[in-house]
Amino acid sequence: MATLQLNSVVKRFDETQVIQGVDLEVKDEEFVVFVGPSGCGKSTLLRMIAGLESTSSGDIVIEGQRVNDLGPAERGLAMVFQSYALYPHMTVEDNMGFSLRLAGVAKAQRRQKVLEAARILQLEPLLDRKPKALSGGQRQRVAIGRAIVRNPSIFLFDEPLSNLDAALRVQMRIELARLHEELKATMIYVTHDQIEAMTMADKIVVLQGGVVEQVGSPMELYHHPRNRFVAGFIGSPKMNFLPVSVVSAGDEGVDVRLPGGDVTRVPVDGRTCEADQSLTLGVRPEHLTLDETGPLRGRIRVIERLGGQTSLYVDMDEDLLTLMVDGDVTHRVGEEIGFTFEPRRGHLFTDDDIALASLERHPLASLTRQDNRAASDAEA
Amino acid sequence: MNKTRASGRTVGGLRTLSLQAPAVTLLLLWMLVPLGMTLWFSFQRYNLLMPGMKGFAGFENYQYLLTDPALWSAMGTTLLLVGWVLAITVVGGTLLAVLFQQDFFGRGIARVLAISPFFVMPTVSALVWKNMMMHPANGVLAWLAESFGLPALDWFSSLPLTSIIIIVSWQWLPFALLILLTAMQSLDDDQVEAARMDGAGPVAIFFFITLPHLKRAISVVIMIEMIFLLTVFAEIFVTTSGGPGLATTNLAYLIYIRALLDFDVGTASAGGVIAIILANIVAIFLVRMVAKNLEA
Repeated sequence: MATLQLNSVVKRFDETQVIQGVDLEVKDEEFVVFVGPSGCGKSTLLRMIAGLESTSSGDIVIEGQRVNDLGPAERGLAMVFQSYALYPHMTVEDNMGFSLRLAGVAKAQRRQKVLEAARILQLEPLLDRKPKALSGGQRQRVAIGRAIVRNPSIFLFDEPLSNLDAALRVQMRIELARLHEELKATMIYVTHDQIEAMTMADKIVVLQGGVVEQVGSPMELYHHPRNRFVAGFIGSPKMNFLPVSVVSAGDEGVDVRLPGGDVTRVPVDGRTCEADQSLTLGVRPEHLTLDETGPLRGRIRVIERLGGQTSLYVDMDEDLLTLMVDGDVTHRVGEEIGFTFEPRRGHLFTDDDIALASLERHPLASLTRQDNRAASDAEA
Repeated sequence: MNKTRASGRTVGGLRTLSLQAPAVTLLLLWMLVPLGMTLWFSFQRYNLLMPGMKGFAGFENYQYLLTDPALWSAMGTTLLLVGWVLAITVVGGTLLAVLFQQDFFGRGIARVLAISPFFVMPTVSALVWKNMMMHPANGVLAWLAESFGLPALDWFSSLPLTSIIIIVSWQWLPFALLILLTAMQSLDDDQVEAARMDGAGPVAIFFFITLPHLKRAISVVIMIEMIFLLTVFAEIFVTTSGGPGLATTNLAYLIYIRALLDFDVGTASAGGVIAIILANIVAIFLVRMVAKNLEA
């Protein structure tokens, strides 16, 4: 339906600059997720796209047209708010048809459009109710319905699921993904929950302090984080970081000395490294495996058993490392264990937190949700 | 009434009754004694100027009052006064609340100033209006009229009830503003923004979002103001003394005339009973309206 471009968009509140020159391109029918810690500017950026916040400098372009000076209604977008923002004194039907009513659409036609949206969201039995008689999930669906009725070129979602309980969140996540396929709409979605980002996005935009840290498919961000912030932010539990020093480096990989003294070759581009340079090694908890002869050793401090998986928190020198291991391990707190990792699973970061590029690209790194669908279509 | 809750506490039982009794008794005495005395006097022939002529009068006092054109005129004046002041303060208060909700320089000070008339006591504000605003020779309004080349208006003789309405409205507008401004602040910003996304301009937002949101607060303002406006007295006493003729005599002022100018306690008490009945008729409608709103 529509494309969106941001060209060095900046937002200033008095002296403080909260969005520091964001460039972004959103393709037609793409599901883009803005993710980042609270206060990173992701909601502000969304509100700027919506037209609820002015843009200090830079261009916002929708379908080739610069919209900086257009009001929120004229941009042809629809937004779903975290608080749902339903009109409490109107019925569900009136809530959904409010934009049409303001646009002067005849009553019969209005009703038809509302019914159409209600059918997609299974809201038909609720049309005569007031919002306060609805559950959280139903309110959320009405808010989405209100957006659908407007037939917008781009859907904007501002943390729409954070007020729902965990089970409902999973259900709505699936429903939103289904909706995206059914409507074939461009969607921009803001969240601080990386699971929502990983599961729904075609493209994730990681923001921190008003700066875009990395843009890419979920798997690209997971396997090839560009810097230490993205590496730590994507993936749960958080990636482990260890201080290491370079033994030798080249375009074949970097040999680093681990805290225990062993040397491992990590397959990243090390042409910029020198011997004895100190680097940070990053390994995800799920990529650390138990191995009594492994190069890393530590003492277990806490064990969290989740059933299928067990998290081990291990003291190693100054650091507390996390291991995700099989649910059936029988280790106890206080035990000393050895562990290791596959060298290709390691990430190396320089002192200014930039990742050294992997020599080999992960085969799934360019995978999008659309590819997932294509594969399942082919099977069918 | 003796429901036992899960906690085992008896509600309305003997144990709690003994604790409630002092408060309930005090309230009952507070209400019943004056009411009973008023009712008693209203059926008595009781004029302070004729101490000898005491005795049961039956419905004579009521008959005398109800056939007196002054009563009907006073009732009309009361309703006009209440109705107009309510209309002015609710409409004006709503618009001012929207205005003072906007962000502008010096908003805090402006809000305090706008609310301050409420803190001026009625006699003082009536005197200020009488001698400094509406005075045909020294008043600000006369000066304004003259500077436009218009003849100065003698407010209290040519537009007596209008003048009273203006004074009372000036006093009660801040109250409406205060309540409605507080209500405005609980309006969800997201709702307004959602309406903006839906294509609503400022006028549509006012009628479709703000006004429905304020409905409850407006009914509270109407209810509270009504209670006080039915008994407006000081403003009339200080400015027009109910005149010219009976033009500004409301029910409260009529009772005052009967009791303390004519010294006819019996008739005045009958007037009081009629005022109670009028207040209750108004209250029935009001409570229904407000209760409906408070539920919603």
